[in-house]
Amino acid sequence: MAITLTQTAADRVEKFLANRGKGIGLRLGVKTTGCSGMAYTLEFVDEMHSEDVAFESHGVKVIIDPKSLVYIDGTELDFTKEGLNEGFKFNNPNVKDECGCGESFTV
Amino acid sequence: MALLQISEPGMSAAPHQHRLAVGIDLGTTNSLVATVRSSMSTVLQDDHGHSLLPSVVRYMPNGDVVVGHEAQAQQSTDPVNTIVSVKRFMGRSLNDITDKAHIPYRFVDGKDAEATRTLQIQTRAGLKTPVEISAEILKTLKARAEKSLGGELVGAVITVPAYFDDAQRQATKDAARIAGINVLRLLNEPTAAAVAYGLDNAAEGTFVIYDLGGGTFDVSILRLSKGVFEVLATNGDSALGGDDFDHRIYCWVLDKVRESSTNFAPLSEEDTRLLLTKARQAKEWLTDNFEAQIVCRLSNGTLVDVALTAPQLVEITQHLVTKTLTPTRKAMRDANLSIEVIDGVVLVGGATRMPHLRHAVQDYFKQEPLTNLDPDKVVALGAAIQANMLAGNKNDDDLLLLDVTPLSLGLETMGGLVEKVIHRNSTLPIARAQEFTTYKDGQTAMSIHVVQGERELVSDCRSLARFELRGIPPMAAGAARIRVTFTVDADGLLSVSAREQSTGIESHIAVKPSYGLSEDEITDMLKASFNSAEIDKKARMLAEARVSAGAIISSVTAALTVDGNLISDAEKQLIESEIQRLQLLTATEDATAIHNAVDALNHATEAFAAARMNASVSRALSGKNLEDIHL
Repeated sequence: MAITLTQTAADRVEKFLANRGKGIGLRLGVKTTGCSGMAYTLEFVDEMHSEDVAFESHGVKVIIDPKSLVYIDGTELDFTKEGLNEGFKFNNPNVKDECGCGESFTV
Repeated sequence: MALLQISEPGMSAAPHQHRLAVGIDLGTTNSLVATVRSSMSTVLQDDHGHSLLPSVVRYMPNGDVVVGHEAQAQQSTDPVNTIVSVKRFMGRSLNDITDKAHIPYRFVDGKDAEATRTLQIQTRAGLKTPVEISAEILKTLKARAEKSLGGELVGAVITVPAYFDDAQRQATKDAARIAGINVLRLLNEPTAAAVAYGLDNAAEGTFVIYDLGGGTFDVSILRLSKGVFEVLATNGDSALGGDDFDHRIYCWVLDKVRESSTNFAPLSEEDTRLLLTKARQAKEWLTDNFEAQIVCRLSNGTLVDVALTAPQLVEITQHLVTKTLTPTRKAMRDANLSIEVIDGVVLVGGATRMPHLRHAVQDYFKQEPLTNLDPDKVVALGAAIQANMLAGNKNDDDLLLLDVTPLSLGLETMGGLVEKVIHRNSTLPIARAQEFTTYKDGQTAMSIHVVQGERELVSDCRSLARFELRGIPPMAAGAARIRVTFTVDADGLLSVSAREQSTGIESHIAVKPSYGLSEDEITDMLKASFNSAEIDKKARMLAEARVSAGAIISSVTAALTVDGNLISDAEKQLIESEIQRLQLLTATEDATAIHNAVDALNHATEAFAAARMNASVSRALSGKNLEDIHL
């Protein structure tokens, strides 16, 4: 399995990285907080850790720590617009339940 | 599910804890709101994809307030109730407005001559202060931001011109408070533009910010050293902007039309507007093209069809471009700088897209100006970057940008002289204390008059506040030691306190700016906004009640048609009369009465509902054996 980006998401990440002027890729992760168990995190990466796992999708390096990977393996990250709001969306096949707003989830 | 943004390493927010912050460019002609998303500063658009919100507020006959394009469209049909360029009146008294004759508004001077001298404008919605009108613009931007970001704002950085004095800054802050916005900081517009270009990342340098807006021109010279921007000089022309270029083209077109037709009647208001719009479009088109065709048909049937070339545009507007260089030269002279020491020139304002203007700036400063950011958005973008830092979305190693006091602050001493306590260009926040003494034997009180300005005489400076220190023990003249402390916070706002040192006696002192709004007035305005919240809530309750009434009426009516035979005529009549009563009530404004009538109808139909239930059960069971019924 792997983590993938849609073409739209990859284009956005590349644009943001270029604008930021530094960074080697995108880090996905989960934190054990939130109203429904776990929450996603999304960060720029300036340096990799030794245990990190890396994937490449549409030319973007996706980095994830192995602990997080078990919860989000197979996830496809998309970039969408909802009305005036826009941002990244996790399509995670492992999710059993989400809190109302979708910011946290359980597997 | 919620949409996520990319955070800086290690800065991911916990769920529901996003620190949403925006930068707001509250402009004279247009206003904008921007935010940092995935480390990128972006301007937020409205539902129609517009980034710019015209700073126009219209008070409607039905009590509504309309802001932006819609209000702008009605500017000429309802000039008295449609307020444009309210920023010019912020923190001003009637005496400060010199060209009242050309402004259509009905000005009223503040009620209390000494305490609140803020001017007010009579509209159909009552007396409005510039602060309240600005608050309407800010409310619209806040709503846009919250819709775009999907959450409540932590706060905002709002930009103000570098030359804004204390009263004008206070007024801007008050407007934000009424709009329900937490002001993280007020930031000078030129400083914001410099931040947008990342100039604050440089160790030091001297920069020129050349800002030609819709109706105003400002030039500022900033010096950056150790993360602090210092305003060396500002200058400008409050009656020169992009609109003047449009007007020049408009006059040129009229001349052309007059040449070809002998009897040309004066233009109607509508035709003037049409031609001005065409002129603006031609100006914008000529930024990237050689020739613009100006074609339109006037209401009297005259066909206007003229071509304007780029060289012609240069010819007819060059004097306006030259006009901007005079204040620029003055600012350079005030700052005592030569052109060689300027490290960068930033262009701000839509009008700076014009190629011949860029050339003029380039020729003057002997270097290519920075233009890669949209000049309309650059101030808002810089403010957003600052807001993002202040809200805590950035790593600690990023320095927080500091600002400086634009004018010296001091107090009046004997003979109407000014004693400066905080000098201009001191970095903020700052606190400075100075000791004063009594002038007469046995003097027990001292009047402290706080002024702002660079001049030596009180009468030439701007009066900010007056207060009295009482309870000084009677002593010989010169024996009392009164320590006066001036504090300016990071927003550039001032508070002053005084204390008698020799005896340790402290008097309680409250400083009120003589401009701006009193606490009470702000509270009243906040209350007014709560009141309208109540009205909004009532309207919502009424709408909900009407919906539920409509639903029950249609379902009961349908049931009566099908199963009306199940109940007695008397019962049927009762239900029908309840329906009728409810129908009449839905036309009224009384949500509670509608609710009660819905309950009454529910109650009246209980027996009928039970009868229908029985009937349908027996229909389902009749003629069947017990074995056939699967229980």
